[in-house]
Amino acid sequence: MTENLERILSEHRFFHGLDKAFLELAAGCAKNVRFEAGQFIFHEGEAADQFYLVREGRVALQVSAPGRGAATFLTIGPGEVFGVNWLLPPFRWVYDAKALEPTRAISMDARCLRGKCESDHNLGYDIMMRLMPILIERLHETRLQFLDLYKSHA
Amino acid sequence: MPDVPMSETAALLHARPMVPQIAHVRRRRHDAPDAWTLELDMANGERFLYAPGQFNMLTAFGVGEAAISVSGDPAEGPLIHTIRAVGPVSKALSQLGVGDPIGVRGPFGVGWPMAQAEGKDVVVVAGGLGLAPLRPALYRLLRERARYGRVTLLFGARRPEDILFRQEVERWRGRLDIDVEVTVDHATDEWRGHVGVVTNLISRLDTDPSKTVAMVCGPEVMMRFVAMALIDKGLGEETIHLSMERNMKCAIGHCGHCQLGATFICRDGPVFTYARLKPLLAVKEL
Ligand SMILES: Cc1cc2nc3c(=O)[nH]c(=O)nc-3n(C[C@H](O)[C@H](O)[C@H](O)COP(=O)(O)OP(=O)(O)OC[C@H]3O[C@@H](n4cnc5c(N)ncnc54)[C@H](O)[C@@H]3O)c2cc1C
Ligand code: FES
Repeated sequence: MTENLERILSEHRFFHGLDKAFLELAAGCAKNVRFEAGQFIFHEGEAADQFYLVREGRVALQVSAPGRGAATFLTIGPGEVFGVNWLLPPFRWVYDAKALEPTRAISMDARCLRGKCESDHNLGYDIMMRLMPILIERLHETRLQFLDLYKSHA
Repeated sequence: MPDVPMSETAALLHARPMVPQIAHVRRRRHDAPDAWTLELDMANGERFLYAPGQFNMLTAFGVGEAAISVSGDPAEGPLIHTIRAVGPVSKALSQLGVGDPIGVRGPFGVGWPMAQAEGKDVVVVAGGLGLAPLRPALYRLLRERARYGRVTLLFGARRPEDILFRQEVERWRGRLDIDVEVTVDHATDEWRGHVGVVTNLISRLDTDPSKTVAMVCGPEVMMRFVAMALIDKGLGEETIHLSMERNMKCAIGHCGHCQLGATFICRDGPVFTYARLKPLLAVKEL
C-alpha cells in the first residue's frame, strides 16, 4: 500500500526526483482521494490540515463576495499542487477549493508532514525548495492577472 | 519592375503605395464586447491577396488611417479585419455599416513564418485580440495540415465573455488535429475551463523544443513573458516569433514613425523573431 503510494508520489511532478528515503517518509503521510465534479474540497477559514497533489481532473480555487458569487482566480490540473497554507501558521485556508471535474489527488496529512520536516530538516529543506518556485510563479502570475493586460485602454 | 505578373491591387500598391483603394463593408459582426469584425469587398472586384500576419492601413474617411492586421482566411473569402475600438480611427472603423466605403492600403509587412514552420510542431499563443492577426496562420495550418507536425493553440482571454471568435475556437477545440487550450484571467462559477494566465498553459505544454516553432501575438507585456516561458521550455530565440504593434503612419519604411534603431516595424515586421526583438522590447515608448 505505502509502496504503491511511494510510486504514485514519485511519478507526481511535485515529488519528481525526491530521495528514496524521503519518499518513504512522505508516503507515510499520504493517501489517495477522489472528488466528484462540483464537490468542495475545503472552504475558506477552515484549518489547513491537508496538502493536495492533483493526479487527474481540475480544481478551482475561488473567493466568494456577497452579491458577486464565487470568483475563480486559478484552476489546478494534473501534476500541480494546491493548499500550500499547510506549511506555515496560522494553517488556515484563505479560499475555497472545488472540483470542477471528477478529480483524483494525493492528500498529504499536513500535521504528519510538518512533523517529518521538523524532525528531518533535510527533508524540510527539500520540500521547501520544491514549494518556493511554485509560490514565486503564482505570485508572478497573480501580478499579471492584476495588470488586466487584455483590457481595452480606450 | 517585378518579374511575376501582379494583380491590379498589387500593381496599384506598387505604383502608388500611399493611395488607398476603395472597399465596401459586406458584413459586420460583433466578436467580443469591444471588437467588431468587418468583411470587405474590393471595389475593383478582385480578391485581396495577402500572407498570414500582414496588415493593412485602413482609412475611415474624414477621420484617419490605422494599421489593422488581416484576420480572415488567406485562401478564400472576402478581406476580413477585426477591430477594437480604442481611439478615433478604430471607433469610426468599427462603426461602419454594411455598404459603407472604407480605404484599404496594403498588404504590408512580413508575416508569420509559415514556410519555416513546415515539418515542425507549431505552438500558437494568443492573448486577447492577438488571436485576430494569428487567425490567418491558423487557417493556413489547418488547411495544409499535412505539412505541419502537432499544432497547438494556447489562448488567453480576460473573461469568458471576452473570448474572441468564440464559436470558431469551440469548433477548433472539437477537432482532432489541433490541441486547443483556453484560459481566462477572471471567471465566475459557471466557467468550467482553465483560469490563470496564458504562461501557465505553456508550463504544461508537452512538446519537443528542438522541432517546435512558436507564433505569439498579444499585449507586449504578455508576449515578453510568453517568450521567456517558451525559452524555459527549451525553445530557441530564433524559433519564437512575435508580432509587434507600434504607431504607424506611412507603413512603407519612409516616415520613421515606427522605427526602432535600424529596424522599421512596418517594413521589417510586424512579425520578428524573439532573438531580434529582445533588445527592442526593452524600449519603453516610441
Ligand atoms: C501591425 C499592426 C497591426 C495591428 N492590428 C490591429 C488589429 O488587427 N486590430 C486592432 O484593433 N488594432 C490593431 N492595431 C492597433 C491599431 O493600429 C491602433 O490601436 C491604432 O492606434 C488605432 O488608432 P485610433 O486612432 O483608433 O486610436 P489612437 O488615437 O491611436 O489611440 C487611442 C488610445 O488607444 C490606445 N491604444 C492605441 N493602440 C492600442 C492598442 N493596440 N491596444 C490598446 N490600446 C491602444 C492609445 O494609447 C490611446 O490611449 C495594429 C497595429 C499595428 C502596428
Ligand atoms: S510607419 Fe513610416 S516608417 Fe514605418
